[in-house]
Amino acid sequence: MLEMRGITKRFPGVLANHRVDFTVNAGEVHTLLGENGAGKSTLMKILYGLYQADEGEIFLSGERVEIHSPTDAIAHNIGMIHQHFMLVETLTVAENVALGLPSNRGLRTDLDAVSERIEELAGRYGLAIDPGAVVWQLAVGQRQRVEIIKALYRDAQLLILDEPTAVLTPQEVDQLFVTLRQMTDDGRGLIFISHKLHEVLALSDRITVLRQGTITGQVPVEGATRESLALMMVGRQVKLAPDKPPVEIGEVALEIRGLSVMGDRGDKAVRGLNLEVHAGEILGIAGVSGNGQREMAQAIAGLRQATAGSIRIGGVETTNHTPADVRKNGLAYVTEGRLRDGAIADFSVSENILLIDHTDKRYLKRGLLDFKAIKEHSLRLVDEYAVKTPTIDTPAKNLSGGNIQKMILAREMSGTPTVLVASQPTRGVDIGAAEYIHKRLVQQRAENTAIMMISEDLDEVFALSDRIAVIYEGQIIGIVDRQTATREQIGLMMAGVRPE
Amino acid sequence: MSEFFTQAVLIAAVASGIRLAVPLLLASLGETYGQRSGVLNLGVDGIMLLGAFGGYYTVLKTDNVWLGLAMGIGVGVILGLVSAVISVTLKAEQGISGIGIYLFGLGMSDLLFQKLVGTPLPVGSFPKLDIPGLSDIPILGEMLFRHSIIVYVAFGLVPISMYIINRTTFGMNIRAVGENPEAADSLGVSVVRIRYLTVTIGGMMAGIAGAALAIDLGIFQQNLTNAQGFIAIALVYFGAWRPAGVMAGSLLYGFVNSVVLQFKTLGIIPRSWSDIAAMAPAIITILALVLVARRFRQPAALTKPFTRGT
Repeated sequence: MLEMRGITKRFPGVLANHRVDFTVNAGEVHTLLGENGAGKSTLMKILYGLYQADEGEIFLSGERVEIHSPTDAIAHNIGMIHQHFMLVETLTVAENVALGLPSNRGLRTDLDAVSERIEELAGRYGLAIDPGAVVWQLAVGQRQRVEIIKALYRDAQLLILDEPTAVLTPQEVDQLFVTLRQMTDDGRGLIFISHKLHEVLALSDRITVLRQGTITGQVPVEGATRESLALMMVGRQVKLAPDKPPVEIGEVALEIRGLSVMGDRGDKAVRGLNLEVHAGEILGIAGVSGNGQREMAQAIAGLRQATAGSIRIGGVETTNHTPADVRKNGLAYVTEGRLRDGAIADFSVSENILLIDHTDKRYLKRGLLDFKAIKEHSLRLVDEYAVKTPTIDTPAKNLSGGNIQKMILAREMSGTPTVLVASQPTRGVDIGAAEYIHKRLVQQRAENTAIMMISEDLDEVFALSDRIAVIYEGQIIGIVDRQTATREQIGLMMAGVRPE
Repeated sequence: MSEFFTQAVLIAAVASGIRLAVPLLLASLGETYGQRSGVLNLGVDGIMLLGAFGGYYTVLKTDNVWLGLAMGIGVGVILGLVSAVISVTLKAEQGISGIGIYLFGLGMSDLLFQKLVGTPLPVGSFPKLDIPGLSDIPILGEMLFRHSIIVYVAFGLVPISMYIINRTTFGMNIRAVGENPEAADSLGVSVVRIRYLTVTIGGMMAGIAGAALAIDLGIFQQNLTNAQGFIAIALVYFGAWRPAGVMAGSLLYGFVNSVVLQFKTLGIIPRSWSDIAAMAPAIITILALVLVARRFRQPAALTKPFTRGT
């Protein structure tokens, strides 16, 4: 039903898509696989009219079409579920669905009729939703249903799903896949964008792999394996899970008792949370995003006020101490926002590395910065952590996500911390860098650091953790040993089901 | 003090409070449209001033208040469009660009007045309309139903605006564009078109507000509005971006103003204090703003220009 031929798109300094051919048949799921920046989103934005291709043609059911805007795309029965939901939080479900469509009642909205049709679609595809609910009240999984209903309501025959599983629990993913299969049974064509290999293998009929803007492989799902796909994505063999030598689990290095923390909206984001992390272990924190992970990590780092409870690092009380003081007690913190609070975009690599040490006597000379010592320190870390940068004076923003992350990791681990809190350490970085970061975390574990790794990527949690704790609504709902844990068990806890 | 609490004075105070609220109500209702769609127009006061001069001058020349009001509309629409070009198309920093419009209106209205009129000549005001039946109700009738026509128009626009914002497709688009323009755009709602419309409506209402103020007073002078346009912007926040809330704020400001005026007339406030007393409405508005407005969340995209695909 869809044929994209020879699509080329250039951005200043980047060839985002280079002569890409892509087809979708009615009734199939065609997956677009590739690392961040490989050009998947660009290709889909061209199809949906958000970008214009520099070269190439698009055919729908054999006819050449021009798609200049989302309106054109919708008119051609193309729908898109964006990675970041395109919902107006202050409007109701029905209003969100009706937005942009003419009303049966002229100038007035006709939400009753819209609601009726929503319930009809919801019934048919198993997407239970209350049309009158205001979107901000809905959970993430429900919001996604609204997005799907929006597309179905516009009779999308070709549906683009941009990383739709990123925010779902494993059970919600299963449920989503059932709905998607029902849609292909109706003869719709789906384009599935993902980098989670096991999901790609579970859902796809065909898989196209993009790397640096060009197609590096197009295969049917039969015969494809995680390793073969990763090879096409990266261009070399990669280890998807690091080797983890056994280590002696030591004393409690991080102890959290009854911790409560407020969220940004004045809500209780963390409610009486208890947790212990031992020296020499990696404790994975699994959970759907927004369940208090960020607030907990910030409270540990002294960046957010704890309203109750206590935090001890290496046996020393650090609750509500200043961030500098917490660090002095042995905490290192890799934040989830690389360029938001992990590094300063316009600062050079060297300056970013110095950020936590700028008052350290080793880098000072008569109260002024000692640039020679700083340079040596930076060069050593850049080299040791394989940060790919032209010079140590290059602004951090010019580095790739993976290299920024390696730079942050180098800085945080340089002092051999007692406790390392790593939030989403590999989110959005390429597989090669992720592989390296994982290796580093395992090395740090061997050096007896207690590591708390917060991740929304269950593959990562399973690959690295010694124990897995699940956070739900600001509490640890259960902790299981990695050896005995199953995805189903973790998934249920992520959805709030307490273990027996 | 006791002389204030006589029936006649109280009735007059309420009636004049309603009257004083009108320019603010018109301007802040208009600004509500713009802000609900994500555009803050700080130039309201400048548009009011030019609308005021345009209205006044037209009445002076034609002796027709309706033509004066029409001139206010015309001036407001043009300046509204200019504001839209600046903030929507050129994507200027909204916290600053509106000040340019204000300074332009402030200077231009005075210049035109000096060149074209010179000495202040009074003009005729809006005709009064006693609502048949209702105006005969004791006390209430005198307070509410013996006003000039513009008062009824202004307050009539409150339910109309509520209906437009909450019950029409246009209103739904406004709310969507002010909250999440990317989402609206992805469904084919033209963010640019909606914002042009709302900012132009805001300019038009500011123009009407200015003309209504000048014609109601029957005069024009330099800086006639005395920063009422800025109060109107504050009232949009105070009213939590809702027409009814905006109306409540306008009335509060009108009443405080009218009470201060009555106090001065009756000599309750010593003459030497009158300048300080004149600040009361502004102070009370600011206090109310601080206490009330924080509880509501502003439109998420307010002051943020929209560019597709970022």
